Amino acid sequence: MDITFEKVGYSYSAGTPFESRALYDVNLNIPDGSYTALIGHTGSGKSTVTQHLNALLKPTEGSVTIGDRIITNKSNNKNLKGLRKKVGIVFQFPESQLFEETIAKDIAFGPMNFGVSEADAMAIVRRVLPLVGLDESFMERSPFDLSGGQMRRVAIAGVLAMEPEVLVLDEPTAGLDPAGRREIMNMFNQLHIDNGLTIVLVTHQMNDVATYADHVVILEKGTVVRMGPPAEIFQDADWLQKKQLGLPSALAFLDTLSKKTGIDFGSERPLRTEQLAAVLIAKIKENQGNKNVAKEVGGIDVG
Amino acid sequence: MLDKLLFGRYIQGDSLVHRLDPRAKLIGAFYFIIVIFLANNWQTYLIMTLFTFLCVILSDIKLSVFLNGVKPLIWLIMFTVLLQILFTRGGETYLELGPISITSFGVINGAFIFMRFVLIIFISTLLTLTTMPLSLTDAIEKLLGPLKRFKVPVHEIALMLSIALRFVPTLMDEASKIMNAQRARGVEFGEGNIVKQMKAVTPILVPLFVSSFNRADELANAMEARGYQGGEGRTKYRILDWQRLDTLSMLAFVVLTGLLLFFRS
Repeated sequence: MDITFEKVGYSYSAGTPFESRALYDVNLNIPDGSYTALIGHTGSGKSTVTQHLNALLKPTEGSVTIGDRIITNKSNNKNLKGLRKKVGIVFQFPESQLFEETIAKDIAFGPMNFGVSEADAMAIVRRVLPLVGLDESFMERSPFDLSGGQMRRVAIAGVLAMEPEVLVLDEPTAGLDPAGRREIMNMFNQLHIDNGLTIVLVTHQMNDVATYADHVVILEKGTVVRMGPPAEIFQDADWLQKKQLGLPSALAFLDTLSKKTGIDFGSERPLRTEQLAAVLIAKIKENQGNKNVAKEVGGIDVG
Repeated sequence: MLDKLLFGRYIQGDSLVHRLDPRAKLIGAFYFIIVIFLANNWQTYLIMTLFTFLCVILSDIKLSVFLNGVKPLIWLIMFTVLLQILFTRGGETYLELGPISITSFGVINGAFIFMRFVLIIFISTLLTLTTMPLSLTDAIEKLLGPLKRFKVPVHEIALMLSIALRFVPTLMDEASKIMNAQRARGVEFGEGNIVKQMKAVTPILVPLFVSSFNRADELANAMEARGYQGGEGRTKYRILDWQRLDTLSMLAFVVLTGLLLFFRS
């Protein structure tokens, strides 16, 4: 399901003295089946954009096209359920949305709102729990007895249970430990690969962007300033610095190394650790080659 | 929806009203609510209205803001006014239908009650719009001070008030966040019959209570860690300063009372 923003503007509390503008002239496109990363520093409007993705907010100007529905400020609020089923949103700190007596009921809440029978919903619960790293023994427990990390998993399972076509993740790993973070991110990636789920990830972790995303949208002060594949976006380190954004650590390391040693690594811009390793290995091999050549030529050591 | 609510919000400014001591404003607002019951004819209501508008003009805040404050309460006001009109007897009768009658007294009373509501809302909105919540609680603590002698826990009341006020916007944010999360999970608020609508509130209320408990726990710990042990022996960071302007504003209320007593029938 494609999602397209056309000249979208949004103001909070429109028409009151507390009116504040959050979005200006946002044009962006989230292609079907893509893994889109939405980045920008705090207050740039990322979260406001995510709430437009399933019509929780309606644009005050312009239009949002979600699949075959067009949302403008004039479109009415009826029958948005179908839309909300297709676009699942995992909000920041989603553990705060748990409320049922048992975990099973809480996860089944979403599907049952969309008309799934209780028996079918329970089947979905059984299917979804292992995805988030929990087992069936959790089903009858209260969500409030869990640790923070487990509550987060239950909340995510509650959204996955709706079986959305588009999954919007607003900083899904904030406050998790490194292992949990990796596990959850890999799970989302697996869903993206296996089920062709479209994923929109809002994050401050450039490493996650570099590792998973194939499409990056950069927001600044409520508008889109750049959009493209990660390789292109991370090309211009100075520009990112100016926008108060960073580089993935592989790239940052290579740039520092290059600056300190004066070695030119060419135009390769590795985004992930494996790519960085490949670049370094290639350089070492090339150097050894040179050394051998040099030795052959005059026995001069260039190392 | 929640962000339309005006009550308890503060608009930064530097007008005459903004600069008044919060104690003066608090006393003034309360006094106004009492004194409005002195008004009983059109002259006195005119005086009250003029006084209110003078205050509004002095506050440098647009009139439309105040009108927005009245809007959410308009149905309550209209309901009360309607009851007055329909069930008051006396004076000239325009229409009679069993227990229901529309009389001149009823209409006049209805109009007065309408004015009373609107003016009280204006003045209380003015109080909250021009006074920072924290200075308001300072004022309350100070004004309740004498009650300490009667074992009233004034400091604790003021502390609870200031914490409560501080967390109103936080909780509202939280509530709207939770609402959005549940809407994303397929809950539709404000639709269906009353039972259905009440059921739809549970997924907001439970998480809101749970997070309030957690928040209270964290806050209590943080306060203790910073050495809070109760009101005994604490010094104050914000010190209220009663100035000539404040005395003058109190005088304005004396003049207002005088005028009301003179003109009321």
